[in-house]
Amino acid sequence: MRVVVDFDLCESNAICMAVAPEVFEVRDDDFLYVLDDHPDESLRDKVEEAVRRCPKQAISIEED
Amino acid sequence: MRTIVVVGASLAGVRAAATLRAKGFDGRLVLVGDEQHEPYDRPPLSKQFLAGEWDAGRVTLPDATPASLDVERHRGTRAVTLDVADRRVDLDDGEQIRFDGLVVATGATPRRLPSQPELPGVHVLRTLDDALALRADLERTPGRVVVVGAGFIGAEVAATCRGRGLPVTLVEALPLPLARVLGETVGRVVAAVHSDHGVDLRLGVGVEGFVGTGRVEGLRLGDGTSVRADVVVVGIGVAPTTGWLEGSGLRLADGVVCDPSCVAADGIVAAGDVARWAHPRYGSIRVEHWENAIAQGEHAAARLLAGSGPGEPFSPVPWFWSDQYDRKLQAVGRPSAGDEVVVVDGSLAERRFVALYGRDGVVQGAVGMNRPSAVVRWRDRLAEPVGWDEAVAGATPGRRG
Ligand SMILES: Cc1cc2nc3c(=O)[nH]c(=O)nc-3n(C[C@H](O)[C@H](O)[C@H](O)COP(=O)(O)OP(=O)(O)OC[C@H]3O[C@@H](n4cnc5c(N)ncnc54)[C@H](O)[C@@H]3O)c2cc1C
Ligand code: SF4
Repeated sequence: MRVVVDFDLCESNAICMAVAPEVFEVRDDDFLYVLDDHPDESLRDKVEEAVRRCPKQAISIEED
Repeated sequence: MRTIVVVGASLAGVRAAATLRAKGFDGRLVLVGDEQHEPYDRPPLSKQFLAGEWDAGRVTLPDATPASLDVERHRGTRAVTLDVADRRVDLDDGEQIRFDGLVVATGATPRRLPSQPELPGVHVLRTLDDALALRADLERTPGRVVVVGAGFIGAEVAATCRGRGLPVTLVEALPLPLARVLGETVGRVVAAVHSDHGVDLRLGVGVEGFVGTGRVEGLRLGDGTSVRADVVVVGIGVAPTTGWLEGSGLRLADGVVCDPSCVAADGIVAAGDVARWAHPRYGSIRVEHWENAIAQGEHAAARLLAGSGPGEPFSPVPWFWSDQYDRKLQAVGRPSAGDEVVVVDGSLAERRFVALYGRDGVVQGAVGMNRPSAVVRWRDRLAEPVGWDEAVAGATPGRRG
């Protein structure tokens, strides 16, 4: 899976980071960084939860 | 279970329905909602949608389409009666549905002022229809906007209307904006942010009455003054939508009263703004936040499928955000007005900070302005009780993250 964030939509509220800190990090500059855009399958549940929790619908998963 | 009925086709109800399917429920799933629109998202209604940046198509909820969920959808249909003993919901189109499981997700309804007339130009903001009407009115009558109530919705509407270049008066009965939830320290910062953006703040004053006959022309305030108004938005909070449950046999007390696992009665769960449940740490609470509606919708659906027995408690650390101008307020936990408040990160003067809220020697919550990652880290920490002294000592004021 590939994690894609639409940075035009993202408002850096860090909810995804709360759900999946292995994949998402909002740093002190208030920008979101995707730490791992090809996370291991074991993280799929967490990433899917982050997709649902993002208030801006900014995260999507593409299958590769 | 053969039939599950979900009443309320919005955030909590749609998440509950999707979760029921995701967890393998393959019986009859009925989704009843009294709005005509496809399920949509409310937070943009006071922000991007009201600003005119987004159109109505952008606020639709993802995964809400009946086809993907295989639900029997009753749109524009109100549930009027619940009979707990008979396990039956009656709809306003005359249909009666017997159920094995029920999810109550009817959300909340705006409160109105005792003196509030049905007068053109006077608005509340809860639904997409409300937002369409308000936005059209602002476009047709771009004059002075008076917002009554400086809670989150009122403060956001004031900010968005300033963004539209309209003159705004914000009337609040309490001495400061957001003071009921966030107390004075943060309330003062929010007040300063609004006055810097040119909002005419009338604090500590109530509304006596409305002026105007064919259309609203102004408001009379409790201090004897009046304000002229072309458009009035009343944002004085919401009440859980439980009217249809009176006499049903469910216990109602500012919400549908549930056990720690969101069960209101055998085979009946509640979620979202309408649900009051016994949170293992915070006691009996009801949470009116976006993320809670999702998480509780998911929890309640799973709980329903789990059947009898005590069930897993629903024990989140509540989280919400509010956007006003370029400031992003976020709060976690249960901060309240009477708490001791200490800034542990950034500063009030910069309007970029994290403030901790403490009571009884324990951190109750954290509130941040433009510090999203720090707030989320506090949310993590607050999953377990954190001692006040330890928290304040460990975080030096002024330190940056
Ligand atoms: C303008 C606005 C801005 C917001 N901004 C934020 C924000 O920035 N951050 C945040 O955390 N939260 C925000 N919120 C709060 C958030 O939107 C709510 O917490 C969330 O919508 C609650 O979802 P819910 O499904 O419980 O209830 P609701 O969204 O209220 O949905 C309940 C649904 O049930 C329907 N219904 C009611 N009674 C019946 C009946 N008898 N029969 C059939 N249908 C019925 C209603 O019409 C409605 O469609 C905002 C809310 C508004 C209105
Ligand atoms: S949850 Fe969504 S909006 Fe928030 S930081 Fe993550 S991607 Fe951005």
